[in-house]
Amino acid sequence: MNDLYSVSSSPHVRAGVTTQKIMGAVALALLPASVCGVVFFGMHALIVLLVSVASAVLSEYVFERITKRPVTVYDLSAVVTGLLIGLNMPPEVPLFVPILGSVFGIIVVKQLFGGIGQNFMNPALGARCFLLISFSSQMTDFGAKGGMMGAASRAALDAVSSATPLATLKTGAAYPLGDLFLGNIPGTIGETSALALLIGAAFLLALKVIDLRIPLSYIGTFFVLVLITSLIRGYNDPFYFTLCEIFAGGLMLGAWFMATDYATCPMTGKGQLIYGICLGVLTYLFRMVSKSPEGVSYAIVFMNCLTPMIEQFTRPLAFGIKREKEAKNG
Amino acid sequence: MRLKTFKGGIHPNDMKEISMDQPITMLAPGKEMVYLMSQHIGAPAKPVVKKGDPVIIGQMIAEAGGFVSSPVYSSVSGTVKALEKRKNALGDMVDAIVIENDGQDTETEYATAELDALSKEDIIKRIQDAGVVGMGGAGFPTHVKLSPKEPDRIDHILVNGSECEPYLTSDYRCMLEKSDELVQGLMCILKVFPKAEGVICIENNKPAAIERMREAVSGRDRIRVEVMQTKYPEGAERSLIYAITGREVNSSILPADVGCIVNNVDTVIAVYEAVIKGKPLMHRIFTVSGDAVNNPKNYDVRIGMSYADIMEEAGGFKSRPEKLISGGPMMGFALFGLDVPVTKTSGAITCFLKDPVKEAVTTPCIKCGRCVKGCPAHLMPCDLSDIAEHGDKDRFAERYGMECVECGSCSYTCPAKRPLAANIKAMRRTLLAERRKK
Repeated sequence: MNDLYSVSSSPHVRAGVTTQKIMGAVALALLPASVCGVVFFGMHALIVLLVSVASAVLSEYVFERITKRPVTVYDLSAVVTGLLIGLNMPPEVPLFVPILGSVFGIIVVKQLFGGIGQNFMNPALGARCFLLISFSSQMTDFGAKGGMMGAASRAALDAVSSATPLATLKTGAAYPLGDLFLGNIPGTIGETSALALLIGAAFLLALKVIDLRIPLSYIGTFFVLVLITSLIRGYNDPFYFTLCEIFAGGLMLGAWFMATDYATCPMTGKGQLIYGICLGVLTYLFRMVSKSPEGVSYAIVFMNCLTPMIEQFTRPLAFGIKREKEAKNG
Repeated sequence: MRLKTFKGGIHPNDMKEISMDQPITMLAPGKEMVYLMSQHIGAPAKPVVKKGDPVIIGQMIAEAGGFVSSPVYSSVSGTVKALEKRKNALGDMVDAIVIENDGQDTETEYATAELDALSKEDIIKRIQDAGVVGMGGAGFPTHVKLSPKEPDRIDHILVNGSECEPYLTSDYRCMLEKSDELVQGLMCILKVFPKAEGVICIENNKPAAIERMREAVSGRDRIRVEVMQTKYPEGAERSLIYAITGREVNSSILPADVGCIVNNVDTVIAVYEAVIKGKPLMHRIFTVSGDAVNNPKNYDVRIGMSYADIMEEAGGFKSRPEKLISGGPMMGFALFGLDVPVTKTSGAITCFLKDPVKEAVTTPCIKCGRCVKGCPAHLMPCDLSDIAEHGDKDRFAERYGMECVECGSCSYTCPAKRPLAANIKAMRRTLLAERRKK
């Protein structure tokens, strides 16, 4: 045994978790919502999802080959981005829209800024905002199926409520709470079923891929603000109205799956709370004050840009340092 | 009641079941014994024997090289074969005394003592003369630790029985098999600090040790057992002090500055042997573990024995391991070979058939924040590692890089398998070397 053994710097063991496993878990966690989307909206929804994922992965592969960089499609992050873009599409959207979205999200938002971990904005949401602005008719055309989209139904709800605050919610736009929760309402493919999204979120929480800080502070802040507002404005059933705001539209998908995107949210615990609370306030402003049909995407994209600053200000104080400062002062 | 702990940390698989249930076994020493002159922090010991001198067990072969230093004793009888450079666990060639073991085990007479008859000064003197140093790994001479500037401020003597490093079970076995010696050793230290209380700190994954130690301390009102949450690095000095007392120690102060002195289980037993039995430090409990060894368990080995002899005596390898670690996998040193002697501070050898990190591919940071959550020093290891890679010394210090305790939690928990701890450690070495020059 004269030959040498292999050496390396400690630690000599590593946790089993890898980037690929994390991204795989997120993709799995989005499956219940995807299945619900296909069940509620039909085969075209499935094709939209498949096309979104395929074009995201292909964009990443081609871009990395052309720029002669290591191909990273196996880390599955492009799959997650593509899936999120697909889930954010109206069910009957023309296929060129998600393709364009995936190419934009992967190449412009992610790769041009340095690839995985370096993007300052969530690629899927960057793509959604780009599409909402550039192809607003396609992005807000929810066809005949289900009558109205979540956002549109909410807009109608808002209109009804704000026009005649004391009028009952029964006047047309309201859905039974059960349908709201299960997802049997109009909306984008993946955002309608709160139940399916919560199942996925519970899976990620159990695997410790995400924690409760961002989603709870986000949804909690939003809930409180909407409830207070609907009480002040004297809506007929403020509690029901608030629940509609929570379950209809993109809040569940955004809060659990997109606000928690590692690269674009703060790493510090305190920072994550601030980030979540700001998201709640912004979403409230966009939806309740400006009456914009889409509040969640813009709120998250806006906060993505503030993440580096939040992180800077919430950097944890090193262990034992506070004490030292006190000792010096005293 | 919530278990005591610190903020941060990780939960590696502790792998203690491999070796924890076997009683400690005596190992016969090898033919050639090597005693390094630097088995402690501080000035190296100075040899007091020449080549050809006969020596017996318990004879001093090197004296302390100063106050912060420690003498070395022969653990076998035989002849001094050489005074030469030998390899230590880090792979450096360092001064050593080589003794040919005659196998006779001729031993000196030791001057035993009663604790009641000893003064504080006597106790510290006996510990100093016996060459006792911190046996948990750092090797800080115990008599120096027990001589703080303001002894009256010491109110906690912590016995570190947390043994949070995976695979290692030597402290666990000692607490089970040598609990009375441990308590008596602690009594010796408590006599030096009349205002202090003794706390034996154990993680809750060692219920048998907790029970055994509770029995051993019953009726002694100055000693209690504290149960802590099982988490790595619970046994890091600063984490332990915080868990038990809520006090924070940073890199510019000592535990004694917050009224605490922390000693490892093995060290306290060595204190007992030194103070009561008058025996110098010549042996230690050593864990042999990992998936590559035939008989994973704890052995009572003599200091100076080579790892190769230990492995031979302990039943050898199942097949050739790919990686050997002196110590445990989190903070231990990977060995080039087995041609390394046991020192006062070497507590284990962990042998892996497959090197668990060889295959790891480093990918870009995804900013998941796992390293931030895991850092017991409350740093942002991902940022510090980047700063270290860029060689930005000022920024590294400004971001408290020197507060890193090098526990390796960040590298362990990183999904992108980035060498965070290695980068940070390298920068710390550079900065420490520069500070020493100034």
